[in-house]
Amino acid sequence: MTIRKLFLYFLPLLSVATSCREDELVVPTEYDIIGDESREGSVRGFYLVNEGNMGSNKCTLDFYDYHTGLYSRNIYAEKNPSVIKELGDVGNDIGIYGSKLYVVVNCSHKVEVLEARTGLRLGQIDIPNCRYIRFHRGKAYVSSYVGPVLIDPNAPKGAVYEVDTLALAVTRKVSVGYQPEEMEVVDDYMYVANSGGYRAPDYDNTVSVIQMVDFKQVQQIPVGINLHRLKKDKYNKLWVTSRGDYQGVPSRLFVMQKKAGYNRMIVTDTIPVACSNMAFFGDKMYYYATEWNNYSASNSISYGVIDIRTKEVISNNFITDGTEKEITIPYGIAVHPETGDIFVTDAKNYVSSGTLYCFTPDGRKKWSVRTGDIPAHITFLQK
Amino acid sequence: MSHRLFLPIAVFCLIPGLGEAKEQKDTTYLLREVLVTAQHKSRDVIPVQTLSGEELKRLNSNSIADALRYFSGVQVKDYGGVGGIKTVNIRSMGTNHTGVVYDGVELGNAQNGQIDLGQFSLDNIEALSLYNGQKSEILQPAKDFGSAGTIYMRTRTPVFRSGENYHARVSLRTGSFDLLNPSALVELKLTERVSASLSAEWVNSSGKYKFRYRRVNPAGELAYDTTAIRQNGDINATRIELNTHGTLRTGSWTFKAYNYNSERGVPGAIVNNVWRRGERIWDTNSFAQGRYTGYFGRFTTLNNVKYAFYRTHYVNNDDKQVKIDNLYRQKEIYFSSANEYEITSFWDVSVSYDFMWNNLDADVYGFVKPTRFSHYLSAATALDFARLKIQASALGTFIHDIIRGQQAPADKRVLSPAVFINGNPLRNKDFSVRAFYKQSFRMPTFNDLYYADMGNSKLEPERVTQYNVGLVYDHSSTSSILANARLSADVYYNKVKDKIVAYPKGQQFRWTMLNLGLVDIRGVDVTGLLTITPIKDLYFTLRAQYTFQRAIDVTNPADNYYRDQIPYIPRHSGAAVANAQWRGWGLNYSWIYVGERYNQQENIRYNYTQPWYTSDLSLSKDFIFGKVKLRGLIEVNNLLSQDYDVILNYPMPKRNYRFTVTVEL
Repeated sequence: MTIRKLFLYFLPLLSVATSCREDELVVPTEYDIIGDESREGSVRGFYLVNEGNMGSNKCTLDFYDYHTGLYSRNIYAEKNPSVIKELGDVGNDIGIYGSKLYVVVNCSHKVEVLEARTGLRLGQIDIPNCRYIRFHRGKAYVSSYVGPVLIDPNAPKGAVYEVDTLALAVTRKVSVGYQPEEMEVVDDYMYVANSGGYRAPDYDNTVSVIQMVDFKQVQQIPVGINLHRLKKDKYNKLWVTSRGDYQGVPSRLFVMQKKAGYNRMIVTDTIPVACSNMAFFGDKMYYYATEWNNYSASNSISYGVIDIRTKEVISNNFITDGTEKEITIPYGIAVHPETGDIFVTDAKNYVSSGTLYCFTPDGRKKWSVRTGDIPAHITFLQK
Repeated sequence: MSHRLFLPIAVFCLIPGLGEAKEQKDTTYLLREVLVTAQHKSRDVIPVQTLSGEELKRLNSNSIADALRYFSGVQVKDYGGVGGIKTVNIRSMGTNHTGVVYDGVELGNAQNGQIDLGQFSLDNIEALSLYNGQKSEILQPAKDFGSAGTIYMRTRTPVFRSGENYHARVSLRTGSFDLLNPSALVELKLTERVSASLSAEWVNSSGKYKFRYRRVNPAGELAYDTTAIRQNGDINATRIELNTHGTLRTGSWTFKAYNYNSERGVPGAIVNNVWRRGERIWDTNSFAQGRYTGYFGRFTTLNNVKYAFYRTHYVNNDDKQVKIDNLYRQKEIYFSSANEYEITSFWDVSVSYDFMWNNLDADVYGFVKPTRFSHYLSAATALDFARLKIQASALGTFIHDIIRGQQAPADKRVLSPAVFINGNPLRNKDFSVRAFYKQSFRMPTFNDLYYADMGNSKLEPERVTQYNVGLVYDHSSTSSILANARLSADVYYNKVKDKIVAYPKGQQFRWTMLNLGLVDIRGVDVTGLLTITPIKDLYFTLRAQYTFQRAIDVTNPADNYYRDQIPYIPRHSGAAVANAQWRGWGLNYSWIYVGERYNQQENIRYNYTQPWYTSDLSLSKDFIFGKVKLRGLIEVNNLLSQDYDVILNYPMPKRNYRFTVTVEL
């Protein structure tokens, strides 16, 4: 009798309560009207990958369409609703090669492959702790913090994985320095910036040189500690950034170039500016730097423009209308390949929506839009 | 006479099925309990919630943290499973503002300031109390005046009836997650004045459970539906606890030695393409504490000493991630002397002084091996008139740190006052009103200050101011069917200033800590308790709590989460427990509700987390064979098998079971 009484009492309560929780819906896409429309030129739009904080599984993909002037936030899940736990944890790079879009998802240990025009999933390539992606002669190359286990299992060297872009499978891999980051291919040699970030304070300070024919590391060139960015300009010079040790050794920008008649890259210049990331347009390189200042307990943020021919800083800011005051932490930079519009992302406090700013080539804010968490990497979609 | 008045409550706290023949003996036992209860009740100037004795045992709870979910104003962070970390947050002020006291001495963790309540077993706990503000006693260690809210755990004290020289209890729990949990307790009466108890427990569980993620598209079609097994959530832990209690002509003393040893897997977040991780933690927590209480006329003294050693070994074996193998060693020395003097029959004063020494050693690069000296000095007074009780206290804290190889941050001095008032505005004793004002703070922890690269030694203490107004109606009767009814409601306003938050340093995953945060918290706590005896031998109890909290971030109007509810704080939450006892049978149903929350600061749909509510059911039966008492307990948790996350990407178990057999003599 007591049991029955109990249930009589509580069953209504139970049923009322049960109706409060609803089915979990597929993560929806949101749209913002930007209105920066253009049907001229060859650029259809751009993809932006938001990293998302570690463990949050909030790596998301946004798309801006120049035909419609619509900014679509978080498109992946709606386009690929059947993928369990969506795009993944901590996006780290994005690239388009041929008809395919590649998203490197660092903490999901995979490279997600989508159809570039539609955003529909084609497959994935599992690569542990993958960082950056570049393309060369029908292959994709992905840097990874963990290579094959070598002699010292406590200090595994990183690797570059070669991926067949048709089979979407790893074909070869090569061991490089510690915790490799960005890379570029110049004249059939790949240059890889090694950071050694897991080994602080014994950072790596080299750029690995990989001979592409037999995919072997042939040289390691000392450049600076804790290297990160490595980008080539149109003159085949390499621009390499060092993050420093965040204490006594500051962030720096290095230029590597081949001496006339030689096939070896050497460090030709050390530009005395801090640099976190950069983008090229014409003969200009736009860059920004975020450095933590222990004394003031705040980030010191700088922007600049370098003439890549003279390697001189020609401007100390490419934002001319004062918008830089709104930006908490610049975290990504890109330049529209045709119009020269400059894109800068603001990651704010890492755990809330960021902002994407679009500036005209003369540095005036054209528009801005809310993004996902930690907006960082942009790639342009050609028509 | 007095025991008759409180009989219904006491019965509720007692083992059901008191046989006819045993009634006389049990009544003496009752009387003892009753006196304590009666005395205690009259002194509750401060809002308190208590779960004790049998009531506590009957709730389907694996750990202290599970039981705390039945208190209003409390949010439990639960990373799932038997070995998952569980921390509590009282009234949205943050875990670090919650004091946890184990048998009279506060548990410390100078490293991160958080106590993992999943490590504390309910096996040997007799009472669990939650005080908002501070405990309603002015005779207490100075440190106890410091927290914004405090949880008190009290272990069982042996009580021997005449002719008894020992008690023994053996219990075995098993069930889902491949749980194997034997425990034993022996209580010995050594002399007329000295008793000892030894309690030991072993927990072994694979931590494996099924969880499910399911999504549908807006048209209602299934997008994905996957069920997987939680991996790397295993635990193997032992607990040994030795207690000795002694009474003196003018006081009493206790001594406790405690050792907890565990190896756990850290299950980690479930994210796309990652279903298993390789983190493991070994914990060894040992402490010894002694207490002496002396009564000398109008003067009472309470003295505690403690030495604690905590060792944590953290390993990340995941071959896809950075290899980590770190050993942390914490030591703590604590001394406290609390002294109370009764000036008149209605006026008491007290002075307490505590000293604490903490040291943290770690084999981490660049670690500064901090040592902290803390001095706490408190003065308090209590006025007790017929219809009005007032308590006021002030705590002065002085903290000095020494670190290796660097200049230590400046010493910290903080004064935190508190005032508590309780009155009976109507002549009816059942009804009382109460109010309090309290300032408190939390020191930045060693991790906040000195953790390699992330710590910021310039941090200031995080401060909290609390205002609370509430009323209580408490009615007991023996004549009517309604044996006891209790209702309390409190309205509060808290402000957290200089909140210590992680702030990004511009590069991926690089953070620092800053005093950057202002939180405005307004809330309502309501609790109710009803005991009825519709027919002879049938006791029916209903307990319910409801919490409303609006805890918003008011740090900076430029933030896109300005005035948004802070993460993981639901606006609405509550719990209900219904219990029926009849001739040795016990049926318990409990329901917990946590409303919708946001898993990050911004209240947008991408951060929305659905409400969850679980139903737990348990059935118990007591058998008595002469001197031997046997109890069987069957529990079903998450009866409706709801798939929910308390913390984003940390899935909780579906329906699970537990079986317990206890033999007592």
